[in-house]
Amino acid sequence: MRARVLIRPKEGILDPQGEAVVRALPALGFSGVSNVHVGRLVELDVEDESQLEAMCQKLLANPLIEDYEIQSVG
Amino acid sequence: MRFGILQFPGSCDERDAVEAAARVGDAELLWHREGNLGQVDAIIVPGGFSYGDYLRAGAIARFSPAMESVIAFANEGGPVLGICNGFQVLCEAGLLPGALLRNTSLRFRCAQVDIEVVNAETAWTSAASPGETLSIPAKHGEGRFYAPNVEELEANGQVAFRYAPRQNPNGSLNDIAGVCNERGNVVGLMPHPEHAVDALTGSTDGLKLFASAVGALAGR
Repeated sequence: MRARVLIRPKEGILDPQGEAVVRALPALGFSGVSNVHVGRLVELDVEDESQLEAMCQKLLANPLIEDYEIQSVG
Repeated sequence: MRFGILQFPGSCDERDAVEAAARVGDAELLWHREGNLGQVDAIIVPGGFSYGDYLRAGAIARFSPAMESVIAFANEGGPVLGICNGFQVLCEAGLLPGALLRNTSLRFRCAQVDIEVVNAETAWTSAASPGETLSIPAKHGEGRFYAPNVEELEANGQVAFRYAPRQNPNGSLNDIAGVCNERGNVVGLMPHPEHAVDALTGSTDGLKLFASAVGALAGR
């Protein structure tokens, strides 16, 4: 299985990268952008997809500060 | 008193840590692939960029064979100090509460900072007085301490160090510069006491941490 794990900063934790993007876009002429969050994307081939949850908990994400979402990409 | 200083690929402050510890005892480097830590009385997880900070700072180093032994050593009450990247590794390993996030400035900050000793009863602070200020260099890009249960840490006395007013370089919650576990034998901080042990570089305040470990061992 090809899996994709999306990792984002948890709601309520200050995300300075997202804020930097919010500030940078108007400078390029884009308006009306808010609530930006910058995260991480991990793509991986796994033989046993039932292990993905544990992989996220133990290594791919830090559940204290990050939310993650596992997607199948066929 | 024998200090063991871990060395990961990407560590860069391990030699200064050896130099600092050698001023109060014996010190040796321990390669991270080595699960047997030998006869050491205290362990230092040094600063740097273990595994290039890939994924998250400290996330991969935390699973090295030496860290399994460090966890066992800490659980038996052995004194463990994590400095900067070492602090991040100890948080990732669950030996210390919380996590270190990107500085709010998004910049790598390098500055001499004053930190207040909040808890002077830990294995690494007992040679200092409560409220004493130490002048120590800080240099990091990911030092913003965060813990969802920060009020609990404050109430438990687990805040070991706090940046002096207006000197917080990274946006840490409650100006927290370092924390300890409940037992007080494991301590982590972002500033670098091992870079403040010789008058040549301006401050010798960092020696207090290493001297504390010697005192803690004598008292065990």
